[in-house]
Amino acid sequence: MKTNYDLLVIGGGPAGAIAAKTAAEAGLSVCLIEKRPAIGTPVRCAEGIGKDLLKEFIEPDERWISADIERAKIIAPNGTAIHLEQDQAGNEVGYILDRKVFDRELVWQAAEAGSDVAVKTRAVAPIMERGAVKGARVISCGAARNIGADAVIAADGVESKFARWAGIDTTVPLREMMSCAQYLMTDIPIDPASTDFYLGNEIAPQGYAWVFPKGERTANVGIGIPGSKNRDGGRARDYLDRFVAKAFPGGKVIECIVGGVSVCRPLSCTVADGLMVVGDAARVVDPVTGGGIYNAMFTGRLAGTVVAACVSAGDCSKDALMQYDEGWRTSHMGRLLERNYKVKEFFINLSDPQLNALAESIASIDLHEFTVMALIKELIKRNPKMLFELKGLKDSLS
Amino acid sequence: MLNINRDVCGYCGACVAVCPEGALELIDAYLSVEGDCIGCGICARACPLGALEVVHED
Repeated sequence: MKTNYDLLVIGGGPAGAIAAKTAAEAGLSVCLIEKRPAIGTPVRCAEGIGKDLLKEFIEPDERWISADIERAKIIAPNGTAIHLEQDQAGNEVGYILDRKVFDRELVWQAAEAGSDVAVKTRAVAPIMERGAVKGARVISCGAARNIGADAVIAADGVESKFARWAGIDTTVPLREMMSCAQYLMTDIPIDPASTDFYLGNEIAPQGYAWVFPKGERTANVGIGIPGSKNRDGGRARDYLDRFVAKAFPGGKVIECIVGGVSVCRPLSCTVADGLMVVGDAARVVDPVTGGGIYNAMFTGRLAGTVVAACVSAGDCSKDALMQYDEGWRTSHMGRLLERNYKVKEFFINLSDPQLNALAESIASIDLHEFTVMALIKELIKRNPKMLFELKGLKDSLS
Repeated sequence: MLNINRDVCGYCGACVAVCPEGALELIDAYLSVEGDCIGCGICARACPLGALEVVHED
């Protein structure tokens, strides 16, 4: 580790690794730091990603793909199931990764591109010069030191602190922080090619339970509910235990995973002088699915590209870096985030009978074209009682 | 003040993200509370496991 770089990346998840790789390939000197002693662990993820989305960044490799998914099932509170095949569900169906190996692969690629990597190294404060971020004070295996840089990318995840230290408010509203618990379970009867989503107030109020296969008889079985729904005796972990006791009574838990997933709107601004915020730290998780791997890689790559140009031009001011903020916001991904935020706000306010009615109305039909708009139009046609609510959603999206 | 039950905590960081004061930090496999905790309890609500508890000293 040197004392000065063009770019310092804080966090060795997918966002940070892709940012470091992109910037290093563009010729910058880059240092990526990770506070944990190992990349990829502990896992805090249900590990699903759309196939086409993944392929934008990396060729699928069986070393880090746990399962190849062919269909999805959404189960309403009364048990009504909506079946989606691959061509309908699109990117809601994909691969289930092995993040421990996947994340290492991405960091390895960043290193191969020329980036330095330091583990067990955490940022404790930004180095500020005339209001601009110019690196970070870090503690590396217990030793304090400064790493200077023309720009810093904060890829420090849901528990991000770096952007806050540099003056960006990253606080997630309690009701938009999904409080999640997941077991990696084995010896359970599952459809190894289907991702299953369970809805309902009893199972997961304003959230959902998921079963994401990791093999023939192994799966990530998890649950997420808004933090505001947690009660003593009724926390995410308790809901998961109840779900598992019913669905997989004989299963064995070989890993216990907890996590927070933000489903709020993204940060109102993801750049400052000398600083860019990417991935979960930027709050760019999909508010409907809670999926964040693709959006993390997308923002990481864009930040890496923009910062390479800015460093070369000798201008890492907020104005110059704004190209990154505007870039992801106006991208397909950015527009999808805004749309899905509205979709989420609609669905979390539905009662179980309403969810059942919607599911029953479309369970039997063949959704050739499974776009959100096509689905809403179909729902409007079939649910005159909910015309008002559904039309409100449709208008907010168009 | 905030009590952290380290045997229960899964060090996931959900609490860190909802803290309005930025008073919590996830170091690696442990959670640390800084001086500016105001005891609002929002972190305790967000916890998937129930590892946090605000204790009011009377």
